[in-house]
Formats: sequence, structure tokens, C-alpha cells
Amino acid sequence: MDFFIGHYNYWIAIFLMMVGFYTVISRGNLVKKIIGLNIFQVSVFLLYISVSTVKGGAAPIITEGIELYSNPLPHVLILTAIVVGVATTALGLALVVRIKEAYGTIEEDEIHAQDHSL
Amino acid sequence: MTHNLILHVVSKTLIPLIIVFALYVQFHGDFGPGGGFQAGVIMSSAIILYALVFGLDVAEQVMPPTILRLLASLGVLIYAGVGVVTLFPGGNYLDYSVLADTQIAGQHLGILLVELGVGITVFSVMLIIFFAFAGRGRP
Amino acid sequence: MIDVFIDVTLLAFLAITAVAIVRMTNLFAIVMLFGIFSFLSAAMFVVMDAVDVAFTEAAVGAGISTVLMLATIALTKDQNEKQSRSHRSWLPLAVVIVTGAALVYGTLDIPAFGDPEAPAQMYVAPYYLERSIAETGVPNVVTAVLASYRGFDTLGEVVVVFTAGIAVLLLIGGKRQKSNTRKNEKKRK
Repeated sequence: MDFFIGHYNYWIAIFLMMVGFYTVISRGNLVKKIIGLNIFQVSVFLLYISVSTVKGGAAPIITEGIELYSNPLPHVLILTAIVVGVATTALGLALVVRIKEAYGTIEEDEIHAQDHSL
Repeated sequence: MTHNLILHVVSKTLIPLIIVFALYVQFHGDFGPGGGFQAGVIMSSAIILYALVFGLDVAEQVMPPTILRLLASLGVLIYAGVGVVTLFPGGNYLDYSVLADTQIAGQHLGILLVELGVGITVFSVMLIIFFAFAGRGRP
Repeated sequence: MIDVFIDVTLLAFLAITAVAIVRMTNLFAIVMLFGIFSFLSAAMFVVMDAVDVAFTEAAVGAGISTVLMLATIALTKDQNEKQSRSHRSWLPLAVVIVTGAALVYGTLDIPAFGDPEAPAQMYVAPYYLERSIAETGVPNVVTAVLASYRGFDTLGEVVVVFTAGIAVLLLIGGKRQKSNTRKNEKKRK
């Protein structure tokens, strides 16, 4: 039971990662692919923050009378990664908008079909 | 969006509060959770709410796109500029300790300026992205 | 015990939401569920003592991301995902299961969740926690590390955000040209 609770966070992170991965490789809709990438991204955040947690620790804001804090370094890495993540997501969505304007569809199959028919 | 009295009144009350909260998050980031990244996003969400309720054209008059582009570059410039300024008194790049008489005061000033740069860039880039997406749908 | 319960429940909700996102085909519903997914992950970050991260995730992931995805759906006018035929469903599933099994095998050696003796807590983290007040005078260690100890890293991140903004402007910033579409090209041919 202790082993299960101790590794549950990692397993859920891996599960979410695989759900995102599956969405990216199995779905043809480009918006859905980007949402899959975002799920993948959140799973990486979860994994990092799980590693940073210390049992019984407090949030890393130094206060009188508290000795044990969680690890601040992964927090910093993930905090910036979230903002960069939304910026890159916006870039991907902008590409989707342009693809829609050029091909008239955002389904991968139809885009391939149009490419071959030319 | 058509005239919706409830939306107008509620958003007019909310937007100043959101902006004040964003400023609090920006300048209180040293002591509590917060900082430039969060403050920039909250500040831009205030303008996005304004654009959603009062229309894109009015929002673009409040925050003209040319000014946003200047602000985005200004934020990066402030950040990189603080690094250059720390070189002159003989410090390393982005070593804020030399900015003031004591190390603590220097670090405080440096962190404040750098977070301000981050906040300005994130705020304007989020708005640039939103205006680009929203403006694309205009006939 | 109660925090273990909250941890297990929130993570189970996250997993269920993710599966629901994959199974749905209505894009609007998917985007709304993704907003819920982001909020749940923000709650999870609070439970794991990462308040700064939770704050950012709630503002960015649930706020801005959702707005942008809704804007994209409005622009592409596609409400429903079509079931594609060329993607056979068993092959991606097999790939995912094998990859996931390999990753789970990798976790068996990892120190347990919340272990204070884990190698990740041993090296630079105590340094930051002990010295940041004396060296920077900033009680929030995350801010101190972000802006001061790793200022160079953050400068890079800000430049990435700035570059992404410029790239979006280049892609969809200008006025839309009707004559640019493929269909018109075909007609001309």
C-alpha cells in the first residue's frame, strides 16, 4: 500500500502523458492534436511538481517557525514552462488558422487528399 | 456583442479590481506567491474581458496595437538592460548586488526591475496574441 | 491521511477528464473540458505546495489557453471532429501501451512521492532555501531563484515568449486576403 501511494502520482502522470500522446498520434483534427499536446505538457508539469514535494513540507516562502519546505527549483522551471507553453500553443493555433484558410479544412486526411490531388 | 446591461455593469466593476490585483501580484511577488509572469497574464485578462464585453474596436482604442508592440520589446529591453547596467559597476551580467550600496538592497531593486520587465512583456504578448486571433475573424 | 485522500481523488479526476477529452468529438465541449482539466491540475499543484505554479496554471492554462482555443474554433468554424479512417486505432494504442509500460517500469526505482531523502532534495534546493534570505532578502524563494539565481534562464524564457508573440503576428496579424486560398488557386488553373 505504501508503495502504491508513493508511486501513484508518477503513474497518473505517465497515464496522462500517454493519453496526450495517443491523442496526438491517433486523431486527425488539428485542434484536438494541440489539446493532446497540452495534456502531455500538463503531465510533465505534474511529474516535476511531484518530484519537488516533500512530505510535511510547506510552500517555499520563508516564514518564522517553519523548518521544512518543498523544493523551489522545479517550481521555477515549471512556472516559466507554463507561460512559454501557452505562447507556443498560441503559435500552433495560429498555424491551424492559416491551414484552415489555405485548405478549407483542419482534418489531416482531407489536407493530405488535397495535397495529392494537386 | 450587443448591449447587455448586466455584462456591462459587472465588467465595469470587475476590471479595475482585476487591474489592482494584477499590480498587487506584480509588486508583492517577493513576499507571497506571484511575480511578473502571473501579473502580466492577469493584467491582460482584464483587457481581454473588456474586449469581449465592449467589442474589439473599443479595446484596440484603449490599448493600441502599435503601443503593445513597443511594450513587448520594452519589457525584454528592461530585462536585458538591467543586465547591462550591472556590468558598469564591475559586476557580472544580471548580478544585481552591485546596483545599490548593500547586497540586499541591490538584489531587491534588481528583482523588482526584472519582474517588471517580465510583466510588461507577458502582458503585451498575451494581448498581441489575443488581438491577432480576434481580429482575424473581422469581416 | 486526508492529504493522501485529496491527492488520490484529484489525480483520479484528472485522469477521467483526460479520457473524456480523448473520447469526445465536439470541439467546444473538448475545450471546456480542457479548462476543467487545467483547473484540476492547478488544484493539484496547491495540494503539492507549489503555490506559484498553481497561480500561473490557473491564470494561463484555464484563462488564456481556453480563450485562444475558443477563438480558433470560431475562426475555423469546425464544431465537430470527423472520425478519420486512415488512422487505425489499434496501432497508436499498442504504441502508447508499450511506451507507458516502459515508463512505469522506470518509476519502480524512483524514490517514493514526498520522500525528504530523495536525491532531488539533496543538492541545490537546501542551498537556495538556506541562503536566499541572507543573499537576496526575498522571502519567496521561487521569486529569488527565478529572478536572481537563475536570471539568465528567465531572460531566455521572456525572449521565447516575445518571439512567439512576433511569430503569431507574422502568421495571422495582418488583414486576411481572400484570394490566397487554395480553392481559388485551383479555379485559376
